[in-house]
Amino acid sequence: MFGLKADWSADVFERYFTLGDYAGGEARWCPGCGDFAVLNTVHRVLRDEQMPPEKTVVVSGIGCSSRLPHYVGTYGLHGLHGRALPLANGVKARRPDLDVWVGTGDGDCFSIGAGPWIHSIRYNMDMVVLIFDNGIYGLTKKQTSPTTPAGERTNTHPTGAPLPALNPLTVTLGISNVSFVAQVPDWNPPLLYQAIKLAHQHRGTSFVRIIQRCPVFSDSFCKPFQEDPERLLLLTHEHGLPMDESVLRLFPEQRAHDPCNWLGAMEVARDQSRLPVGLLYHDPDAPVYEDLSAQGLNKTNEEKLAVIEKALDNFAI
Amino acid sequence: MWLLNDPRWEGFMTKQSEQDDTVVSMERYAGKSGAAPKVDEYIVEIVSDSGEGAQKCGQTFGAISGKMGNGVWTVEIIPAEIQPPARSPAGASGIRIRVGSRRVTNMGNEAELVVAFNEQVLFSRIANGAYREGTIVLLEDKWKEDPDEKIRAQYASAVKEFQEHGLVVHELPMEQACLKIVANARRGKNMFVLGMICYLFSRDRELANKEIARTFASKGEKVIRPNIDLFDSGYAFAAERLEYHWEIPVDETADARPTIISNGNQAVGLGVMASGMELVSMYPITPATSASHYIADVFDGVGGFVHQAEDEIAAIGFAIGASYAGKTACTITSGPGMALKTEMIGLAVMAEIPLVIIDVQRGGPSTGLPTKVEQADLLSALYGEPGDAPKVVIAASTIEECFHFVILARRLAEAFRTPVILLTDANLATGVQPYPRPQLQEEWLSAPVDQSPWDDQVPAYDWDQETGLSQRPIPGQRNGEYVLTGLAHTTHSKVAYDSDTNQESMELRSRKLAALQKTLKPPRVHGDGMGDLLIVGWGSSLGGIEEAVDRVRAEGRRVSSLHLRFLSPLEPGLKEIFSHFKQVMTVEINYSDNLDHPLITRENRRYAQLAMVLRAQTLVDIDCWSVVYGHPLQPGMLQRVIEQRLQALNN
Repeated sequence: MFGLKADWSADVFERYFTLGDYAGGEARWCPGCGDFAVLNTVHRVLRDEQMPPEKTVVVSGIGCSSRLPHYVGTYGLHGLHGRALPLANGVKARRPDLDVWVGTGDGDCFSIGAGPWIHSIRYNMDMVVLIFDNGIYGLTKKQTSPTTPAGERTNTHPTGAPLPALNPLTVTLGISNVSFVAQVPDWNPPLLYQAIKLAHQHRGTSFVRIIQRCPVFSDSFCKPFQEDPERLLLLTHEHGLPMDESVLRLFPEQRAHDPCNWLGAMEVARDQSRLPVGLLYHDPDAPVYEDLSAQGLNKTNEEKLAVIEKALDNFAI
Repeated sequence: MWLLNDPRWEGFMTKQSEQDDTVVSMERYAGKSGAAPKVDEYIVEIVSDSGEGAQKCGQTFGAISGKMGNGVWTVEIIPAEIQPPARSPAGASGIRIRVGSRRVTNMGNEAELVVAFNEQVLFSRIANGAYREGTIVLLEDKWKEDPDEKIRAQYASAVKEFQEHGLVVHELPMEQACLKIVANARRGKNMFVLGMICYLFSRDRELANKEIARTFASKGEKVIRPNIDLFDSGYAFAAERLEYHWEIPVDETADARPTIISNGNQAVGLGVMASGMELVSMYPITPATSASHYIADVFDGVGGFVHQAEDEIAAIGFAIGASYAGKTACTITSGPGMALKTEMIGLAVMAEIPLVIIDVQRGGPSTGLPTKVEQADLLSALYGEPGDAPKVVIAASTIEECFHFVILARRLAEAFRTPVILLTDANLATGVQPYPRPQLQEEWLSAPVDQSPWDDQVPAYDWDQETGLSQRPIPGQRNGEYVLTGLAHTTHSKVAYDSDTNQESMELRSRKLAALQKTLKPPRVHGDGMGDLLIVGWGSSLGGIEEAVDRVRAEGRRVSSLHLRFLSPLEPGLKEIFSHFKQVMTVEINYSDNLDHPLITRENRRYAQLAMVLRAQTLVDIDCWSVVYGHPLQPGMLQRVIEQRLQALNN
């Protein structure tokens, strides 16, 4: 409760952030788009974690998902197609004090951004990476993406997507130094909230794949899971996503899965018959790259000049 | 089998065709009796198979000479492969060192002495016009006795061919002498050769020993000792076996300021530190990478970080991210890397992110000539991005400028809120030259990131209508929150697709270049301000151009030169300067069509890159002369070109 602590002592916050402090421009996604749910959840997590807006940076690439920074009232960096992660890594490199978020999509991250995706998981810099995966290119109007199910008709493959869809979970889990992998549908607000909040609290690159509705171009991508909850597998564990009865009863299929168990994570990730929901993998101790890249921030000018003089001495005649 | 009329001898200079004053004179070959004759300058090459350490030998020789007070310029001869086939002309690896009494600004013309570890590697240098009649060849003779009959025959035939062309060949058992000290002559012959040439040119032995100790300092006494033994042995060997001995006195009237000696990539590295850069974000590419090697070695001390990214695009993206967050960052690359970075450069221009991009140019297009010099990235640096992407482009023309221009670039990037491309090239990158020791200034370092609250009345792009300049909010500054975007945007950084916003914001980003240009002074003409011919150059060809121009001027001809450092915006007053000359001609190391060909007309001729820019900007009918031989500009070659042009002009 605002202003009151557990011991009933009154405490006046110097600054207290409300949802309004994180409001950005008016979101211009299509009606019924799953992105609205993600945006609202991001606002709520920022508010609940009381992140100062000026210390928060939302980075994105290009695509529907990547409009995210424009709709959050913090600092934002709306970058290039496929390149959100290198830009975000750069922001964090010498500014570990900044809270970094990345919004990206299945085309932006898994296709044109596949290289940075692999390597950013290895860098494991402290940031939340939200993948808005709707299994289609939306902004360019319905082209096949890496996660488009085989056989799905698109404007580039009118007779059906020819290749088996890429499995982003097994790929991500297979990358060295992976530290946090979760998957949630956008239409379950409590789970979405818990996943993003836990991702934010994790120190390292938190990979959150959000199965996201696109009623305009890929309605069939989410429909089967919405209509038949037996096609989802809820992962439960004391170290997993917190969830109450109201969540549990929506999922007929459940499995206890310890997120420390990498092999178990791989196993549920590989199962094509049921989409895992929850926290697949979590390693809180994986090294983060900014511990290297942000060294030496406190050098004084005197120290620097002395070192450069010494370097010049080595070339002196 | 090489034939005497093999086209590979085409560039080879004979005494008959040699007309300049550096013609081989026998005085230079005085016997070892009596004092060593004094020479003003000398050009030496060491050529070997890859991996035999010729470059280290030459660099050390250059450093010793520089430290003795001589002028020095070195050029590395680098094959594109790490271990090309042994004993092959294409595998020639080595170094040229030009040592003079006074300041040396370029690699000069033909070498007067070459130490060769085998005879085959000489052929590629001969084909490059590196030698002339009278050039002394100190040749490893072990091939004479090689168990392979084919090698023995190749060796015998090559020696005969060299001699018939007037090379002065001395066959020497260098390997045999080395084997007395080390078991594997391949590792150590270079220090033996260093000893030889240090004897030949009367180098200071104590200084040489110190330099060797410094070179191998990280490997400890166990390595230093045998290398010094090899050096001593080479020194004695040369004294005993060779009739040559010279002195290259130091011009005592020369600049007495404290001096340092480095190559261009090291100078870039020193500049990066002195400019207060905190982050170098790079991906390995020849010939740029050695700059990052050097920086990685010393950057810790100033609290900086070298990020080796997963690719060229991620490298610049990482730097842009850091710069957006208020940290000073640069990326260092070469042509193919620049091509990959274009979209990111466009983003930095559009979103006005300060960033220094260093392009160490190599031969192109595509993979081109990775280890060789070209000045062919000018147009792509200026115009490489789709859409209009105005940015600052500057080019260093000396190794000293490689240092100072990084500082200049960083300050321009900050002041004008723009990416700045600094062009250097393979010649500067690997060339070694002494230059005045920079006097470090604290103000060169970057200021701490401003985290004070932002005035919320001031938009993120508060463009000054006159100059286009604006201050930027940095993440962490309260009330400064904005979303940087590569989309067209308003002064508040809001996405805008309307006509007026786009027109106005494009004007204001472009206006910054005009504002910068107003602060520049017209460039200085080398030579008289009026005359028959004005040579215009940019980048590393400065030394070669000025040496050639000086020689022709000494003949009483009316030629001058002009060297540009700013390519975008161009320095002011060019048209006025050009108007005082009958003809203006750029000299560049990039491709242009030659009018001699019947298909090439003045209408379809493709001009050299600077010529194209200057013609468009000044409407002066500027001519050009440019070649892509992959080697630095030779003053002798240019001298002949200038003489021909003057003759044609005056007829």
